Amino acid sequence: MSGNDTVVKVDHATVRFNMASVKVDNLKEYAIRLIKRQLMFKEFLALQDVSLEVKKGEAWGIMGRNGSGKSTLLKLICGILSPYKGTVKVNGTIAPLIELGAGFDGELNATENIFLNGALLGYSKKFMESKFDEIVEFAELRDFLEVPVKNYSSGMRARLGFAVATTVRPQLLVVDEVLAVGDYAFQQKCEARMKDMLAKGTTLLYVSHSANSVKNLCQKALWIDKGKEVMHGDVQTVCSAYMASMQKK
Amino acid sequence: MKERVKSLFRYKNLLSQLVSRDIKLKYRRSFLGYVWSVLNPLLTMAVMTVVFSQMFKRNVENYPVFLLSGNILYSFLRESTMHGISSITGNAALLKKTYVPKYIFTLSKVTSDLVNLGFSFCALLVVMLVTGVQFSWNIFLCIIPVLELYVFCVGLSLFLAQAAVFFRDVQYIWNPIVLAWMYLTPIIYPLDALPGKLAWLVSKLNPLYYYLESFRDTVMYAQPPEWLLVWRGALIAVLMLIIGLWSFARTKDKFILHI
Repeated sequence: MSGNDTVVKVDHATVRFNMASVKVDNLKEYAIRLIKRQLMFKEFLALQDVSLEVKKGEAWGIMGRNGSGKSTLLKLICGILSPYKGTVKVNGTIAPLIELGAGFDGELNATENIFLNGALLGYSKKFMESKFDEIVEFAELRDFLEVPVKNYSSGMRARLGFAVATTVRPQLLVVDEVLAVGDYAFQQKCEARMKDMLAKGTTLLYVSHSANSVKNLCQKALWIDKGKEVMHGDVQTVCSAYMASMQKK
Repeated sequence: MKERVKSLFRYKNLLSQLVSRDIKLKYRRSFLGYVWSVLNPLLTMAVMTVVFSQMFKRNVENYPVFLLSGNILYSFLRESTMHGISSITGNAALLKKTYVPKYIFTLSKVTSDLVNLGFSFCALLVVMLVTGVQFSWNIFLCIIPVLELYVFCVGLSLFLAQAAVFFRDVQYIWNPIVLAWMYLTPIIYPLDALPGKLAWLVSKLNPLYYYLESFRDTVMYAQPPEWLLVWRGALIAVLMLIIGLWSFARTKDKFILHI
């Protein structure tokens, strides 16, 4: 079954966080707590026994309420978190957009940031030079290239971040509710770009609170609630079940 | 192991981007810019020479070069470990949102400081020219102790960086430790100014002494380094690197829960 065309395979993954009310990060407190035997932490399972298999070229929407573990799942797939139980396997290059412009340094200007961000995604300087004009064109920021990014608006940062991550043509694009800050025209442009990438064989993992946007882009969907899978399968079925349950609340 | 080396190669571009970011940002918007990298050690040396040359006048020839050569190596050790300690905790935002090998941040900080050491070395050359030190081909051999010190600092920084993730106290306690280290190294005084037993301890147990002594031999005294010290220095550097890498690899997956 899971041949070469499987891009992401999450197998019964559980992620555990330490929810201890007080964070112990200095030696004195550590020693005191060690003596008092209060080191035992309150565990919190952000994900419980979640499985997901994504094939090449598929687009998956991930839905759920705030704090249900969507971002945790994406971070797990990107390799930022490692599972407490279970396994995660990924084939191919990832462009994680957990937060647009996470790799930007506010003091640097846009040009320098494009190269820094490209390097964070693992691309060479030469490759980024060849893509540079395309990125600037898409972000529509030609007039602001010399401005330090700390002076950008959140919409401008999002544009630049999205432009870098999608222009490099990754095999797997992970988008976590990042388009909300862009204006309508830019959101449309981003959706068009993602559709174009999907047509060229990119695999997409997409988190959004907008059911329409998910239906528009994805064929399949996963619904999680409180770290557990509620439902997965065809996007229409999952979306309508999800919306129905939201309405009840 | 092979995989590790491969991934370092894959991220070499990131390393150079991070290093150039540090260097670019260091003096951005200052009027003199990079000139400060040369000027700063010169001014420090001037102050310290005025203060200390009275004390050790009798037995140190060319005190300015003696002092500056010691001070630039020590400054590298101090700056690189100080920057290294906060390299993981300071990049928390980035580490939470994108996947890159975490040691890159520590390595890039130490490497930026190595570039800075290069600037300071220019300052040293200026002082050597002005004070009329005899130059020889041996000066090129100074690359050996500098590289050894670099490897040593990478190892030490990796160890400190991972410890600081779990115990932030490390950042604060390191300050006095590194200060004590300065006074236990013959930087402002010659080794023979110490009482016999202490001099023996410093010359045998302080790795910075090995690097500094070899460095001064090649640069200041125009002679090849003492090979025994070079070998000892290399051994300590590799050992420190192994300790650093081992402790870092053991704990790196838990960083995300503590930053």
